[in-house]
Amino acid sequence: MRALTWHGTNDVRVDTHPDPEIINPRDVILKVTSTAICGSDLHLYDGVIPGMKSGDILGHEFMGEVVEVGAKSTLKKGQRVVVPFTISCGQCFHCKKQQFSACDNSNPVEKQDASEMLYGHAMGAAFGYSHLTGGYAGGQAEYVRVPFSDVGPIVIPDGMDDDTVLFLSDILPTGWMAAENAQIEPGDTVAVWGAGPVGLFAVQSAVLMGAEQVICIDHHPRRLDLAKKFGAQVINFEETHVREALMEMTGGIGPDAVIDAVGMEAHGFVVDNVLDVIKQKIAPGADRGHALRQAILACRKGGRVSVPGVYGGMLDKWPLGAMMEKGLQIKTGQTHVQKYSQDLLRRIQEGEIDTTFLISHRLPLEEAPTGYKNFHDKQNEWTKVVLKPGMSA
Amino acid sequence: MAHDKDDAPKRARKDDKDGQLAIVGKSITINRPRSELFAFWRDFTNLPSFMHAVDSIEMVGDKRSIWKIKAPAGQQVTLETELTAVVENESIGWHSVEGSQIRTAGVVTFRDAPADRGTVVTAEIAYEPPGGDIGRLAAKLFAAEPNIQARHELKRFKMLMEAGEIATGANHKSNNGEA
Repeated sequence: MRALTWHGTNDVRVDTHPDPEIINPRDVILKVTSTAICGSDLHLYDGVIPGMKSGDILGHEFMGEVVEVGAKSTLKKGQRVVVPFTISCGQCFHCKKQQFSACDNSNPVEKQDASEMLYGHAMGAAFGYSHLTGGYAGGQAEYVRVPFSDVGPIVIPDGMDDDTVLFLSDILPTGWMAAENAQIEPGDTVAVWGAGPVGLFAVQSAVLMGAEQVICIDHHPRRLDLAKKFGAQVINFEETHVREALMEMTGGIGPDAVIDAVGMEAHGFVVDNVLDVIKQKIAPGADRGHALRQAILACRKGGRVSVPGVYGGMLDKWPLGAMMEKGLQIKTGQTHVQKYSQDLLRRIQEGEIDTTFLISHRLPLEEAPTGYKNFHDKQNEWTKVVLKPGMSA
Repeated sequence: MAHDKDDAPKRARKDDKDGQLAIVGKSITINRPRSELFAFWRDFTNLPSFMHAVDSIEMVGDKRSIWKIKAPAGQQVTLETELTAVVENESIGWHSVEGSQIRTAGVVTFRDAPADRGTVVTAEIAYEPPGGDIGRLAAKLFAAEPNIQARHELKRFKMLMEAGEIATGANHKSNNGEA
């Protein structure tokens, strides 16, 4: 089969690999029909996530048709499913508490040692990502092996197009959980850093959850326009002093909740960020956290900090004093996708959530490297790339 | 100070020795009933399904078993063990018999975890520390770091009991366990 393969920093190619096989009883094999490039794939592309190997197949946002089933799968051949990016057994303590991304049993034993050393506990697994999270082959391919298929995949009713449901795999539930973690109350102002896919879904979710005012911060005009479309006020950080603006837009109180939908590769030419960039170039594992620092300083006293943005290593100049003295709460984590699947599928069906607005480009799988380059370099125009293995190049 | 020990288990001590034997050990919480886990472990022929260093275990009568263990360069070492103490649904102990190629003793205990979280399984293995022919052999068999090996084995046991299978990132049967 053909698959988008990581070879090193800024080097991804479509290579030929042997087709995947059923290994464990709960596996299925999918024929991929649609798969997206995620902002967190760009962290891999930039080489800032540790634990990658040349030859790894990327992609954790994908859907397709079941073509082979293991003995203990509950799926049937021919079913169309969207697959959560998190791999979860459904049986361990964490899965039973619906903390699916913290699954104890999905990350192969030999792969758990590194994150156990780095974080104190072993991580759950994800598709198409670092070997810290299992090194599972991803879905930017013609076929993919899906373990624990009785727990993760969401069966899609006939008549719903791929493009309307594909984002149930990651960015929609991630934006939703980000807003949920903001614990929105009536009258709240929610400020969202980053008008990327997750930030835009967080904006939509915060509005649906009853926020009085949602303010989105970015510097790409087209992305800010999308945020406006969902009812957000916008701030362009290249033109405006963000914290001052937020204070003025909230009657001098500050946002009640702040959401960092940017993560470890924050942009912006501020002293702390320049130092972070230098460190990240020297050593993968160091995080750039300018957006998060700004969010913590902006957040009102006793407010809430929600962090869906990805961080993998150490961050310094962390404003712990501001967190403590202002009494902030922080909620973060990889998304517990399976917890939200059915509810969000229903909201899409009922027209409550718009998903397709985001897609700017649809490309054949063979053109995936072009998709990566442009999603990376031209963020204003390339807001979301969906790869279609079935589309002819 | 030697006698002023804290409440931590012996295996967590910085001088991880008990007399002449080195100790490794780990605890893990498994979301399954105690009796089920005990029954699976009690049948030693099940152990190779999660102890990847063990090729096979054959029972010889009620108490004795013969363990075929993978050794470097495609070799195999045989270990004969005898059950020492079995307390139904609580603990299983074994040790190597006189004349075995490796000197080792082990005990696995099962106790209820709080608030229906399942069962806390603790495995403790004592073995001849590196030094001398037997020690060197033991060190090789228990991999470079016996603690890591013990942790891996318990995690595989947990996967098998909770999820019914052992996770692998492999895409093909031929690259067993390797992603």
